[in-house]
Amino acid sequence: MKFVTAIIKPFKLDEVREALSAIGVTGLTVTEVKGFGRQKGHTELYRGAEYVVDFLPKVKIEVAIKAELLERVIESIEKAANTGKIGDGKIFVTSLEQVVRIRTGESGPDAL
Amino acid sequence: MKKLFASLGLMLALMSPGLTVAQDATAPVEDAAVVETMDAVAVEAPVAAEEAAPVEAAPAEEAAAPVPDKGDTAWMMLSTLLVILMIIPGVALFYGGLVRAKNMLSVLTQVMAIFCLISILWAVYGYSLAFGDGGSLNWAIGDLSKLFLAGITADSTAATFTDGVVIPELVFVAFQLTFAAITVALIVGGLAERVKFSALMVFGALWFTFSYLPITHMVWATGGYLFEAGDLDFAGGTVVHINAGIAALVGAIVLGKRIGYGRDAMPPHSLPMTMIGASLLWVGWFGFNAGSNLEATGGAGLAFINTILATAAAGMAWMLAEWMLRGKPSMLGLASGVVAGLVAVTPAAGLVGPMGAIVLGAIAGVVCLWGVTGLKKALGYDDSLDVFGIHGIGGIIGAIGTGIFVSPALGGVGVDDYAMAGQVVTQATGVLITIVWSGVVSFVLFKLIDMTMGLRVTEEQEREGLDTASHGERAYNL
Repeated sequence: MKFVTAIIKPFKLDEVREALSAIGVTGLTVTEVKGFGRQKGHTELYRGAEYVVDFLPKVKIEVAIKAELLERVIESIEKAANTGKIGDGKIFVTSLEQVVRIRTGESGPDAL
Repeated sequence: MKKLFASLGLMLALMSPGLTVAQDATAPVEDAAVVETMDAVAVEAPVAAEEAAPVEAAPAEEAAAPVPDKGDTAWMMLSTLLVILMIIPGVALFYGGLVRAKNMLSVLTQVMAIFCLISILWAVYGYSLAFGDGGSLNWAIGDLSKLFLAGITADSTAATFTDGVVIPELVFVAFQLTFAAITVALIVGGLAERVKFSALMVFGALWFTFSYLPITHMVWATGGYLFEAGDLDFAGGTVVHINAGIAALVGAIVLGKRIGYGRDAMPPHSLPMTMIGASLLWVGWFGFNAGSNLEATGGAGLAFINTILATAAAGMAWMLAEWMLRGKPSMLGLASGVVAGLVAVTPAAGLVGPMGAIVLGAIAGVVCLWGVTGLKKALGYDDSLDVFGIHGIGGIIGAIGTGIFVSPALGGVGVDDYAMAGQVVTQATGVLITIVWSGVVSFVLFKLIDMTMGLRVTEEQEREGLDTASHGERAYNL
């Protein structure tokens, strides 16, 4: 099992969700986050007081999948979230040790 | 029977001169009712009407007390309401939007509490000290003859700018009450996000007593030093804006900077609130400026249009200057320019022509932008919401500008024996006296309070935010 975390541009969320549904991903978690990478922030000016805003709003998607789905998931996210401009985000993949469905007590790949 | 006759006579005496006096000031027979002053301070006791009661109320009759015109009375009550709207919620939201979310309620609470506090103090002793006759001290302050509004009834009247035209004194008391309240409320902006609530309340009461009341008396009351010197302040540029602006500046300096000032980001938490507040200020300011005419006449109309034009010019000027210098026209800049224009036109409202108002507003827009950026940076004080930069600087521009643009040659209404240089000197004298008076009083009061009860919240409370630390509630539970 794999755990995929993707940081994407907020307006790309719907496209990514649709692409993942299309390849059989049945659930995901979304969080609004802020952060910085290579994309520059912007400055805000209030009556002469200038603030550099480094942290830009992004969306974090977390999805737990069977290992064999990994390549297609990465490909889908990459394609759907791409604008070709700096700031499109990143995809992180980690191994997932255990999953439990709380309602039934099922565990492992069955719980996904 | 005798009582009935008396009251009938009283009614006639009250009604008939009311019709004639109000309709036509040119009727030569109306000289009977002598109201001396330019400003609304002389008060006709209802006794005068009773004395006149038994006689037939013919227009030629002497000593008939003038009766308020219904139109003037309605206009003045409406104006009073408009000025209240400027304070709650106008100033409260304008300021509230500019602070961080954790201090929103503290600002709203401070403004509303000050309005309540000053309202009471005004009725208890403020009105009497501001507009009474102080005898040998009359150059600076009134007396205590109308403590608790003693002797003022629904029949009492207060003079206006026109001989023989009066308004109900209670309406005048209420109208002036709102000016006192907004002046003290404006100071909140310089102290925001770090002042201790109890200390602010104590300061408000004391500053109202020792700075607002004397300055008001000096500028607006018969016998007041600046009033007699010919200082022009139509609606309170000196009394309200310079006075409050200086107090806020002194307060900001004595209090010290907010923790993290210049290092942490302290952006306004809700500019939409600030826009709503600024807009309510603008709408309410028609009561402030046009209401200061004290009569519903063409003079009020002049103040009315000037309150639109100077404000619009200042908003545009600030916006364009910011656009050129900083690259973008901002909402906050536009709203700040609007308020700067309102401040600048306040002393000038009924005295300058519409084109003079536009020029005055445009100057104020640009100079106040400098006031909140260049000047503030150069002097290094933390006037949280720029009360000095906008109200202090804007007030000074307005006061001096009034001396210039009142000139008939520049479209102003002119005053007796007008000479521009002399008038500007008189205006500058008013500015200087107010700066020194308010500055000294504010400094002493802030220091006294700081040494006794403490002026500032603890560092922990400041970081936490005044909403929860001082008031035990938070503005947004989303």
